[in-house]
Amino acid sequence: MKKLTDSLVILAVVLAIWQGLYAYAGDVAITSPLRTFAFAGELLTHAPFWGHAAATLLAFAYALAISAAAGIALGLLLGLRRFAGDVAEPMLASLYTIPKVTLYPVMLLVFGLGMSAKVAFGVIHGMIPVILFTLAAVKNIPPVLLRTARALHLRPVQTAVTVLAPAVMPEIVTGLRVGFALTLLGVLIGEMFASQRGLGFLIINGINSHDVRMTTAVAVIVVVFAVFANGAMLALDRRVHHAGNRAAGN
Amino acid sequence: MNPGGHAPGLSRAARIGWTRTAVVVGLVLLLELLCRTHVIKPLTMIPPSVMAVELGRLIAAGEITDDILQTASEVGTAFAVSVLAGFALGALVQALPRVRRAIDPLLASWYAVPFFVFYPLLVALFGMNVLPLIAIGVVFATPAMMLSTIAGLDRVPRVLRKLARVHRMSPLQEVALITLPSAAPHLFTGLKLSFAYAFIGVIAGEFILSGGGLGYGIAYAYESFENRKMYALMLLVLLVAIGVNGALHVWEARLARRRGHA
Repeated sequence: MKKLTDSLVILAVVLAIWQGLYAYAGDVAITSPLRTFAFAGELLTHAPFWGHAAATLLAFAYALAISAAAGIALGLLLGLRRFAGDVAEPMLASLYTIPKVTLYPVMLLVFGLGMSAKVAFGVIHGMIPVILFTLAAVKNIPPVLLRTARALHLRPVQTAVTVLAPAVMPEIVTGLRVGFALTLLGVLIGEMFASQRGLGFLIINGINSHDVRMTTAVAVIVVVFAVFANGAMLALDRRVHHAGNRAAGN
Repeated sequence: MNPGGHAPGLSRAARIGWTRTAVVVGLVLLLELLCRTHVIKPLTMIPPSVMAVELGRLIAAGEITDDILQTASEVGTAFAVSVLAGFALGALVQALPRVRRAIDPLLASWYAVPFFVFYPLLVALFGMNVLPLIAIGVVFATPAMMLSTIAGLDRVPRVLRKLARVHRMSPLQEVALITLPSAAPHLFTGLKLSFAYAFIGVIAGEFILSGGGLGYGIAYAYESFENRKMYALMLLVLLVAIGVNGALHVWEARLARRRGHA
Protein backbone atom coordinates (compact mmCIF):
# COMPACT_ATOMS: atom_id res chain seq x y z
CA MET A 1 0.00 0.00 0.00
CA LYS A 2 1.68 3.15 -1.25
CA LYS A 3 -0.77 5.33 0.64
CA LEU A 4 -0.02 3.66 3.94
CA THR A 5 3.73 4.10 3.42
CA ASP A 6 3.16 7.78 2.65
CA SER A 7 1.18 8.27 5.84
CA LEU A 8 3.83 6.49 7.87
CA VAL A 9 6.58 8.62 6.34
CA ILE A 10 4.64 11.81 7.12
CA LEU A 11 4.02 10.61 10.66
CA ALA A 12 7.72 9.81 11.09
CA VAL A 13 8.69 13.29 9.81
CA VAL A 14 6.24 14.97 12.21
CA LEU A 15 7.58 12.92 15.14
CA ALA A 16 11.18 13.69 14.14
CA ILE A 17 10.43 17.44 14.01
CA TRP A 18 8.74 17.16 17.38
CA GLN A 19 11.70 15.30 18.90
CA GLY A 20 14.02 17.92 17.36
CA LEU A 21 11.98 20.76 18.92
CA TYR A 22 12.16 18.97 22.23
CA ALA A 23 15.92 18.60 21.93
CA TYR A 24 16.20 22.31 21.08
CA ALA A 25 13.75 23.82 23.57
CA GLY A 26 13.73 21.27 26.37
CA ASP A 27 11.23 20.52 29.11
CA VAL A 28 10.16 24.11 29.69
CA ALA A 29 8.45 24.27 26.29
CA ILE A 30 7.35 20.82 25.27
CA THR A 31 7.59 17.19 26.36
CA SER A 32 9.11 14.52 24.14
CA PRO A 33 6.75 12.46 21.95
CA LEU A 34 7.26 9.33 24.00
CA ARG A 35 6.54 10.95 27.37
CA THR A 36 3.63 12.89 25.90
CA PHE A 37 1.97 9.75 24.63
CA ALA A 38 2.62 8.01 27.92
CA PHE A 39 1.03 10.91 29.82
CA ALA A 40 -1.84 11.17 27.33
CA GLY A 41 -2.49 7.46 27.81
CA GLU A 42 -2.52 8.00 31.56
CA LEU A 43 -4.92 10.93 31.17
CA LEU A 44 -7.28 8.85 29.06
CA THR A 45 -7.68 6.35 31.88
CA HIS A 46 -8.54 9.04 34.44
CA ALA A 47 -12.12 9.97 35.17
CA PRO A 48 -11.58 13.76 35.63
CA PHE A 49 -10.20 14.03 32.12
CA TRP A 50 -13.34 12.45 30.71
CA GLY A 51 -15.44 14.97 32.62
CA HIS A 52 -13.63 17.77 30.79
CA ALA A 53 -13.78 15.90 27.49
CA ALA A 54 -17.52 15.35 27.93
CA ALA A 55 -18.05 19.06 28.65
CA THR A 56 -16.18 19.97 25.47
CA LEU A 57 -18.01 17.39 23.37
CA LEU A 58 -21.40 18.53 24.65
CA ALA A 59 -20.70 22.19 23.88
CA PHE A 60 -19.28 21.15 20.53
CA ALA A 61 -22.36 19.06 19.69
CA TYR A 62 -24.71 21.99 20.45
CA ALA A 63 -22.55 24.44 18.53
CA LEU A 64 -22.20 22.15 15.54
CA ALA A 65 -25.95 21.45 15.45
CA ILE A 66 -26.70 25.19 15.48
CA SER A 67 -23.95 26.03 12.95
CA ALA A 68 -25.13 23.30 10.60
CA ALA A 69 -28.89 23.91 10.86
CA ALA A 70 -28.77 27.72 10.81
CA GLY A 71 -25.93 27.78 8.30
CA ILE A 72 -27.67 25.51 5.81
CA ALA A 73 -31.01 27.29 6.26
CA LEU A 74 -29.48 30.75 5.74
CA GLY A 75 -27.36 29.48 2.86
CA LEU A 76 -30.39 28.00 1.10
CA LEU A 77 -32.40 31.16 1.63
CA LEU A 78 -29.65 33.45 0.37
CA GLY A 79 -28.90 31.09 -2.51
CA LEU A 80 -32.50 30.98 -3.70
CA ARG A 81 -33.04 34.73 -3.32
CA ARG A 82 -30.22 35.67 -5.61
CA PHE A 83 -30.34 39.42 -4.98
CA ALA A 84 -30.16 38.98 -1.22
CA GLY A 85 -27.36 36.48 -1.73
CA ASP A 86 -25.33 38.90 -3.84
CA VAL A 87 -25.84 41.60 -1.23
CA ALA A 88 -24.85 39.35 1.67
CA GLU A 89 -21.98 37.30 0.26
CA PRO A 90 -19.12 39.86 0.49
CA MET A 91 -20.38 40.92 3.92
CA LEU A 92 -20.17 37.35 5.14
CA ALA A 93 -16.73 36.94 3.56
CA SER A 94 -15.58 40.04 5.48
CA LEU A 95 -16.99 38.68 8.73
CA TYR A 96 -15.07 35.50 8.04
CA THR A 97 -11.74 37.39 8.06
CA ILE A 98 -12.31 39.10 11.40
CA PRO A 99 -10.17 37.67 14.19
CA LYS A 100 -13.12 36.47 16.22
CA VAL A 101 -11.08 35.92 19.39
CA THR A 102 -11.21 39.66 19.90
CA LEU A 103 -14.99 39.44 20.23
CA TYR A 104 -14.72 37.28 23.32
CA PRO A 105 -15.30 40.12 25.80
CA VAL A 106 -18.59 40.87 24.02
CA MET A 107 -19.56 37.20 24.15
CA LEU A 108 -18.81 37.10 27.86
CA LEU A 109 -20.76 40.27 28.52
CA VAL A 110 -23.75 38.95 26.59
CA PHE A 111 -23.73 35.28 27.59
CA GLY A 112 -21.83 35.22 30.87
CA LEU A 113 -19.42 32.46 31.85
CA GLY A 114 -20.25 28.90 30.94
CA MET A 115 -21.96 26.73 28.41
CA SER A 116 -23.82 29.32 26.37
CA ALA A 117 -20.71 31.44 25.81
CA LYS A 118 -18.76 28.39 24.63
CA VAL A 119 -21.54 27.38 22.25
CA ALA A 120 -21.86 30.94 20.95
CA PHE A 121 -18.14 31.02 20.32
CA GLY A 122 -18.32 27.78 18.35
CA VAL A 123 -21.26 29.08 16.33
CA ILE A 124 -19.67 32.39 15.30
CA HIS A 125 -16.61 30.49 14.08
CA GLY A 126 -18.38 27.63 12.36
CA MET A 127 -21.57 29.05 10.88
CA ILE A 128 -20.18 31.42 8.23
CA PRO A 129 -18.33 28.81 6.14
CA VAL A 130 -21.44 26.61 6.14
CA ILE A 131 -23.53 29.55 4.88
CA LEU A 132 -20.97 30.45 2.21
CA PHE A 133 -20.60 26.89 0.86
CA THR A 134 -24.37 26.28 0.83
CA LEU A 135 -24.99 29.63 -0.84
CA ALA A 136 -22.43 28.84 -3.56
CA ALA A 137 -23.90 25.38 -4.05
CA VAL A 138 -27.43 26.69 -4.61
CA LYS A 139 -26.21 29.47 -6.88
CA ASN A 140 -24.34 27.00 -9.05
CA ILE A 141 -27.21 24.57 -9.59
CA PRO A 142 -27.47 24.15 -13.38
CA PRO A 143 -30.71 25.91 -14.44
CA VAL A 144 -31.56 22.94 -16.63
CA LEU A 145 -32.20 20.84 -13.53
CA LEU A 146 -34.81 23.28 -12.24
CA ARG A 147 -36.39 23.57 -15.67
CA THR A 148 -36.62 19.79 -15.86
CA ALA A 149 -38.32 19.72 -12.48
CA ARG A 150 -40.82 22.26 -13.73
CA ALA A 151 -41.36 20.40 -16.98
CA LEU A 152 -42.09 17.22 -15.02
CA HIS A 153 -44.58 19.14 -12.82
CA LEU A 154 -42.84 18.10 -9.63
CA ARG A 155 -44.36 19.46 -6.47
CA PRO A 156 -42.10 21.80 -4.42
CA VAL A 157 -41.36 19.06 -1.88
CA GLN A 158 -40.52 16.61 -4.64
CA THR A 159 -38.28 19.20 -6.30
CA ALA A 160 -36.49 19.80 -3.05
CA VAL A 161 -35.97 16.11 -2.30
CA THR A 162 -35.20 14.71 -5.75
CA VAL A 163 -33.49 17.67 -7.46
CA LEU A 164 -32.23 20.34 -5.08
CA ALA A 165 -30.91 18.19 -2.26
CA PRO A 166 -28.77 15.85 -4.42
CA ALA A 167 -27.46 18.83 -6.41
CA VAL A 168 -26.25 20.82 -3.42
CA MET A 169 -25.26 17.92 -1.16
CA PRO A 170 -21.56 17.63 -2.12
CA GLU A 171 -20.83 21.32 -1.48
CA ILE A 172 -22.79 21.26 1.77
CA VAL A 173 -20.70 18.32 2.96
CA THR A 174 -17.55 20.33 2.18
CA GLY A 175 -19.01 23.30 4.07
CA LEU A 176 -19.83 21.09 7.04
CA ARG A 177 -16.30 19.71 7.06
CA VAL A 178 -14.82 23.22 7.23
CA GLY A 179 -17.51 24.25 9.71
CA PHE A 180 -16.75 21.21 11.86
CA ALA A 181 -13.09 22.16 12.26
CA LEU A 182 -13.83 25.83 12.93
CA THR A 183 -16.63 25.08 15.39
CA LEU A 184 -14.24 22.89 17.36
CA LEU A 185 -11.67 25.69 17.28
CA GLY A 186 -14.29 28.19 18.46
CA VAL A 187 -15.49 25.99 21.31
CA LEU A 188 -11.93 25.37 22.51
CA ILE A 189 -11.12 29.09 22.40
CA GLY A 190 -14.35 29.77 24.26
CA GLU A 191 -13.30 27.29 26.93
CA MET A 192 -9.92 28.91 27.26
CA PHE A 193 -11.48 32.19 28.31
CA ALA A 194 -15.06 31.65 29.33
CA SER A 195 -15.18 28.43 31.25
CA GLN A 196 -13.92 26.36 34.14
CA ARG A 197 -14.44 23.07 32.37
CA GLY A 198 -13.42 21.41 29.14
CA LEU A 199 -10.25 20.64 27.23
CA GLY A 200 -9.66 24.30 26.33
CA PHE A 201 -9.71 25.07 30.04
CA LEU A 202 -7.17 22.29 30.71
CA ILE A 203 -4.88 23.84 28.08
CA ILE A 204 -5.10 27.42 29.38
CA ASN A 205 -4.76 26.13 32.94
CA GLY A 206 -1.63 24.23 31.91
CA ILE A 207 -0.25 27.38 30.28
CA ASN A 208 -0.91 29.50 33.36
CA SER A 209 0.55 27.00 35.83
CA HIS A 210 3.48 26.07 33.52
CA ASP A 211 2.27 22.48 33.42
CA VAL A 212 3.95 21.73 30.09
CA ARG A 213 3.14 18.03 30.30
CA MET A 214 -0.58 18.70 30.59
CA THR A 215 -0.67 21.34 27.86
CA THR A 216 1.25 19.22 25.37
CA ALA A 217 -0.72 16.05 26.08
CA VAL A 218 -4.14 17.74 25.82
CA ALA A 219 -3.05 19.60 22.70
CA VAL A 220 -1.97 16.33 21.10
CA ILE A 221 -5.25 14.62 22.03
CA VAL A 222 -7.22 17.52 20.53
CA VAL A 223 -5.11 17.55 17.35
CA VAL A 224 -5.39 13.78 16.88
CA PHE A 225 -9.16 13.98 17.32
CA ALA A 226 -9.43 16.90 14.87
CA VAL A 227 -7.24 15.23 12.25
CA PHE A 228 -9.11 11.93 12.43
CA ALA A 229 -12.53 13.57 12.32
CA ASN A 230 -11.37 15.65 9.38
CA GLY A 231 -10.03 12.54 7.65
CA ALA A 232 -13.35 10.76 8.04
CA MET A 233 -15.28 13.75 6.73
CA LEU A 234 -12.79 14.17 3.89
CA ALA A 235 -13.45 10.56 2.84
CA LEU A 236 -17.21 11.24 2.91
CA ASP A 237 -16.62 14.51 1.07
CA ARG A 238 -14.69 12.79 -1.74
CA ARG A 239 -17.31 10.06 -1.99
CA VAL A 240 -20.27 12.45 -2.43
CA HIS A 241 -18.31 14.59 -4.89
CA HIS A 242 -17.32 11.50 -6.81
CA ALA A 243 -20.92 10.21 -6.86
CA GLY A 244 -22.08 13.61 -8.08
CA ASN A 245 -19.56 13.62 -10.90
CA ARG A 246 -20.60 10.14 -11.95
CA ALA A 247 -24.26 11.09 -11.97
CA ALA A 248 -23.49 14.18 -14.04
CA GLY A 249 -21.44 12.06 -16.43
CA ASN A 250 -24.26 9.62 -17.09
CA MET B 1 -27.26 43.73 -17.63
CA ASN B 2 -30.61 44.45 -16.10
CA PRO B 3 -32.63 41.25 -16.30
CA GLY B 4 -35.20 42.20 -13.68
CA GLY B 5 -36.04 45.47 -15.37
CA HIS B 6 -36.30 47.40 -12.08
CA ALA B 7 -34.91 50.88 -11.65
CA PRO B 8 -33.87 51.42 -15.26
CA GLY B 9 -31.19 53.98 -14.41
CA LEU B 10 -29.27 51.66 -12.14
CA SER B 11 -27.27 48.58 -13.09
CA ARG B 12 -27.72 45.40 -11.07
CA ALA B 13 -24.23 45.78 -9.60
CA ALA B 14 -25.02 49.32 -8.45
CA ARG B 15 -28.31 48.24 -6.90
CA ILE B 16 -26.51 45.47 -5.03
CA GLY B 17 -23.88 47.93 -3.84
CA TRP B 18 -26.43 50.43 -2.61
CA THR B 19 -28.55 47.79 -0.92
CA ARG B 20 -25.47 46.48 0.87
CA THR B 21 -24.57 49.98 2.05
CA ALA B 22 -28.15 50.52 3.21
CA VAL B 23 -28.13 47.23 5.15
CA VAL B 24 -24.86 48.09 6.90
CA VAL B 25 -25.98 51.64 7.72
CA GLY B 26 -29.32 50.29 8.93
CA LEU B 27 -27.69 47.75 11.21
CA VAL B 28 -25.33 50.34 12.68
CA LEU B 29 -28.23 52.75 13.28
CA LEU B 30 -30.28 49.97 14.88
CA LEU B 31 -27.39 49.14 17.20
CA GLU B 32 -27.01 52.84 18.01
CA LEU B 33 -30.70 53.08 18.81
CA LEU B 34 -30.70 49.95 20.99
CA CYS B 35 -27.69 51.23 22.93
CA ARG B 36 -29.06 54.76 23.29
CA THR B 37 -32.40 53.52 24.60
CA HIS B 38 -30.54 51.17 26.99
CA VAL B 39 -32.21 48.07 25.56
CA ILE B 40 -28.58 46.97 25.36
CA LYS B 41 -27.07 47.93 28.69
CA PRO B 42 -24.23 50.48 28.58
CA LEU B 43 -22.10 47.98 30.52
CA THR B 44 -22.58 45.41 27.74
CA MET B 45 -22.01 47.63 24.75
CA ILE B 46 -21.51 51.29 24.03
CA PRO B 47 -23.16 53.01 21.04
CA PRO B 48 -21.20 52.75 17.75
CA SER B 49 -20.90 56.55 17.54
CA VAL B 50 -19.19 56.60 20.94
CA MET B 51 -16.82 53.85 19.76
CA ALA B 52 -15.95 55.89 16.67
CA VAL B 53 -15.37 59.09 18.64
CA GLU B 54 -13.22 57.24 21.15
CA LEU B 55 -11.23 55.61 18.35
CA GLY B 56 -10.64 59.02 16.77
CA ARG B 57 -9.49 60.39 20.11
CA LEU B 58 -7.12 57.46 20.74
CA ILE B 59 -5.56 57.85 17.32
CA ALA B 60 -5.28 61.64 17.57
CA ALA B 61 -3.73 61.42 21.03
CA GLY B 62 -1.20 58.88 19.73
CA GLU B 63 -2.09 56.46 22.53
CA ILE B 64 -2.32 53.45 20.27
CA THR B 65 0.26 54.36 17.64
CA ASP B 66 2.79 51.86 19.01
CA ASP B 67 0.24 49.06 19.12
CA ILE B 68 -0.89 49.80 15.57
CA LEU B 69 2.69 49.86 14.30
CA GLN B 70 3.55 46.63 16.09
CA THR B 71 0.52 44.76 14.78
CA ALA B 72 0.96 46.16 11.27
CA SER B 73 4.61 45.10 11.10
CA GLU B 74 3.83 41.63 12.46
CA VAL B 75 0.95 41.07 10.04
CA GLY B 76 2.95 42.55 7.16
CA THR B 77 5.97 40.34 7.82
CA ALA B 78 3.88 37.21 8.32
CA PHE B 79 1.89 37.97 5.15
CA ALA B 80 5.01 38.60 3.03
CA VAL B 81 6.81 35.51 4.31
CA SER B 82 3.80 33.23 3.83
CA VAL B 83 3.07 34.50 0.33
CA LEU B 84 6.66 33.97 -0.81
CA ALA B 85 7.16 30.68 1.03
CA GLY B 86 3.70 29.40 0.09
CA PHE B 87 4.24 30.23 -3.56
CA ALA B 88 7.72 28.63 -3.65
CA LEU B 89 6.61 25.51 -1.77
CA GLY B 90 3.42 25.24 -3.83
CA ALA B 91 5.36 25.46 -7.10
CA LEU B 92 7.89 22.92 -5.84
CA VAL B 93 5.25 20.45 -4.67
CA GLN B 94 3.25 20.85 -7.87
CA ALA B 95 6.36 19.91 -9.85
CA LEU B 96 6.93 16.76 -7.77
CA PRO B 97 3.81 14.55 -8.03
CA ARG B 98 5.21 11.91 -5.70
CA VAL B 99 5.80 14.40 -2.87
CA ARG B 100 2.48 15.99 -3.57
CA ARG B 101 0.55 12.75 -3.16
CA ALA B 102 2.35 12.14 0.12
CA ILE B 103 1.68 15.53 1.71
CA ASP B 104 -1.84 15.88 0.35
CA PRO B 105 -3.49 14.55 3.55
CA LEU B 106 -1.31 16.86 5.62
CA LEU B 107 -2.46 19.93 3.69
CA ALA B 108 -6.08 18.77 3.74
CA SER B 109 -6.17 18.50 7.52
CA TRP B 110 -3.99 21.56 8.22
CA TYR B 111 -6.86 23.90 9.04
CA ALA B 112 -8.55 21.30 11.20
CA VAL B 113 -5.72 21.68 13.72
CA PRO B 114 -6.44 24.31 16.37
CA PHE B 115 -3.03 25.98 16.14
CA PHE B 116 -3.41 28.29 19.06
CA VAL B 117 -2.66 25.32 21.33
CA PHE B 118 0.94 25.74 20.15
CA TYR B 119 1.33 29.39 21.24
CA PRO B 120 3.08 28.50 24.50
CA LEU B 121 5.50 26.29 22.60
CA LEU B 122 6.34 29.10 20.21
CA VAL B 123 6.90 31.52 23.06
CA ALA B 124 9.27 29.04 24.67
CA LEU B 125 11.08 28.59 21.36
CA PHE B 126 11.41 32.21 20.30
CA GLY B 127 11.07 34.09 23.54
CA MET B 128 8.50 36.69 24.54
CA ASN B 129 8.81 39.01 21.53
CA VAL B 130 7.25 39.50 18.13
CA LEU B 131 8.77 36.34 16.61
CA PRO B 132 6.24 33.82 17.96
CA LEU B 133 3.42 36.05 16.71
CA ILE B 134 4.92 36.27 13.24
CA ALA B 135 5.57 32.52 13.33
CA ILE B 136 1.94 31.74 14.16
CA GLY B 137 0.80 34.01 11.31
CA VAL B 138 3.16 32.23 8.92
CA VAL B 139 2.13 28.75 10.07
CA PHE B 140 -1.48 29.75 9.63
CA ALA B 141 -1.21 31.53 6.28
CA THR B 142 1.39 29.58 4.29
CA PRO B 143 -0.67 26.45 3.48
CA ALA B 144 -3.48 28.62 2.06
CA MET B 145 -1.03 30.17 -0.39
CA MET B 146 0.46 26.75 -1.15
CA LEU B 147 -2.94 25.23 -1.90
CA SER B 148 -3.91 28.17 -4.11
CA THR B 149 -0.58 28.03 -5.98
CA ILE B 150 -0.98 24.31 -6.61
CA ALA B 151 -4.56 24.80 -7.79
CA GLY B 152 -3.51 27.67 -10.07
CA LEU B 153 -0.58 25.81 -11.63
CA ASP B 154 -2.77 22.73 -12.14
CA ARG B 155 -5.16 24.75 -14.22
CA VAL B 156 -2.69 26.27 -16.67
CA PRO B 157 -4.16 24.93 -19.95
CA ARG B 158 -1.90 22.43 -21.66
CA VAL B 159 -2.36 24.24 -24.97
CA LEU B 160 -0.68 27.33 -23.50
CA ARG B 161 2.33 25.27 -22.43
CA LYS B 162 2.52 23.91 -25.97
CA LEU B 163 2.31 27.44 -27.28
CA ALA B 164 5.33 28.37 -25.13
CA ARG B 165 7.25 25.47 -26.63
CA VAL B 166 6.23 26.40 -30.18
CA HIS B 167 7.54 29.90 -29.58
CA ARG B 168 10.75 28.47 -28.10
CA MET B 169 10.35 30.54 -24.93
CA SER B 170 13.02 30.31 -22.29
CA PRO B 171 11.76 28.86 -18.95
CA LEU B 172 11.82 32.38 -17.51
CA GLN B 173 9.74 33.76 -20.36
CA GLU B 174 7.29 30.90 -20.04
CA VAL B 175 6.80 31.62 -16.35
CA ALA B 176 6.39 35.37 -16.89
CA LEU B 177 4.22 35.28 -20.02
CA ILE B 178 2.25 32.05 -19.70
CA THR B 179 2.26 30.43 -16.29
CA LEU B 180 1.80 33.39 -13.96
CA PRO B 181 -0.93 35.22 -15.91
CA SER B 182 -2.87 32.04 -16.38
CA ALA B 183 -2.65 31.05 -12.71
CA ALA B 184 -3.37 34.61 -11.55
CA PRO B 185 -6.97 34.20 -10.30
CA HIS B 186 -5.98 31.34 -8.02
CA LEU B 187 -2.88 33.16 -6.84
CA PHE B 188 -5.09 36.12 -5.99
CA THR B 189 -7.37 33.93 -3.90
CA GLY B 190 -4.22 32.75 -2.15
CA LEU B 191 -3.24 36.34 -1.40
CA LYS B 192 -6.65 37.09 0.08
CA LEU B 193 -6.71 33.99 2.25
CA SER B 194 -3.10 34.50 3.36
CA PHE B 195 -3.87 38.01 4.50
CA ALA B 196 -6.94 36.88 6.41
CA TYR B 197 -5.10 34.04 8.11
CA ALA B 198 -2.01 36.12 8.91
CA PHE B 199 -4.26 38.81 10.42
CA ILE B 200 -6.27 36.30 12.46
CA GLY B 201 -3.18 34.43 13.63
CA VAL B 202 -1.30 37.53 14.74
CA ILE B 203 -4.21 39.26 16.48
CA ALA B 204 -5.28 36.06 18.22
CA GLY B 205 -1.70 35.45 19.30
CA GLU B 206 -1.39 38.95 20.72
CA PHE B 207 -4.69 38.48 22.45
CA ILE B 208 -3.67 35.26 24.17
CA LEU B 209 -0.08 35.90 25.12
CA SER B 210 1.82 39.00 24.27
CA GLY B 211 2.74 42.33 25.73
CA GLY B 212 1.77 44.62 22.87
CA GLY B 213 -0.24 45.14 19.72
CA LEU B 214 -3.94 45.63 19.09
CA GLY B 215 -4.96 42.15 20.24
CA TYR B 216 -3.19 42.68 23.54
CA GLY B 217 -4.73 46.15 23.79
CA ILE B 218 -8.22 44.68 23.61
CA ALA B 219 -7.48 41.98 26.20
CA TYR B 220 -5.87 44.54 28.51
CA ALA B 221 -8.72 47.04 28.16
CA TYR B 222 -11.20 44.27 28.92
CA GLU B 223 -9.40 43.17 32.03
CA SER B 224 -9.12 46.71 33.34
CA PHE B 225 -12.80 47.47 32.58
CA GLU B 226 -12.01 50.16 30.01
CA ASN B 227 -15.08 49.46 27.94
CA ARG B 228 -14.72 52.49 25.68
CA LYS B 229 -11.15 51.74 24.74
CA MET B 230 -11.93 48.06 24.24
CA TYR B 231 -14.78 48.77 21.85
CA ALA B 232 -12.80 51.44 20.04
CA LEU B 233 -9.97 48.94 19.41
CA MET B 234 -12.44 46.27 18.30
CA LEU B 235 -13.93 48.75 15.86
CA LEU B 236 -10.45 49.43 14.50
CA VAL B 237 -9.72 45.70 14.00
CA LEU B 238 -13.12 45.29 12.33
CA LEU B 239 -12.55 48.27 10.02
CA VAL B 240 -9.08 47.06 9.01
CA ALA B 241 -10.31 43.52 8.25
CA ILE B 242 -13.27 44.80 6.23
CA GLY B 243 -11.24 47.55 4.54
CA VAL B 244 -8.41 45.30 3.34
CA ASN B 245 -10.87 42.61 2.32
CA GLY B 246 -12.94 45.13 0.38
CA ALA B 247 -9.90 46.62 -1.34
CA LEU B 248 -8.68 43.17 -2.43
CA HIS B 249 -12.21 42.34 -3.62
CA VAL B 250 -12.35 45.47 -5.79
CA TRP B 251 -8.85 44.89 -7.16
CA GLU B 252 -9.69 41.28 -7.97
CA ALA B 253 -12.88 42.29 -9.77
CA ARG B 254 -10.91 44.81 -11.81
CA LEU B 255 -8.33 42.19 -12.79
CA ALA B 256 -11.10 39.76 -13.71
CA ARG B 257 -12.73 42.40 -15.91
CA ARG B 258 -9.48 43.08 -17.70
CA ARG B 259 -9.01 39.39 -18.34
CA GLY B 260 -12.56 39.20 -19.60
CA HIS B 261 -11.91 41.96 -22.15
CA ALA B 262 -8.54 40.62 -23.29
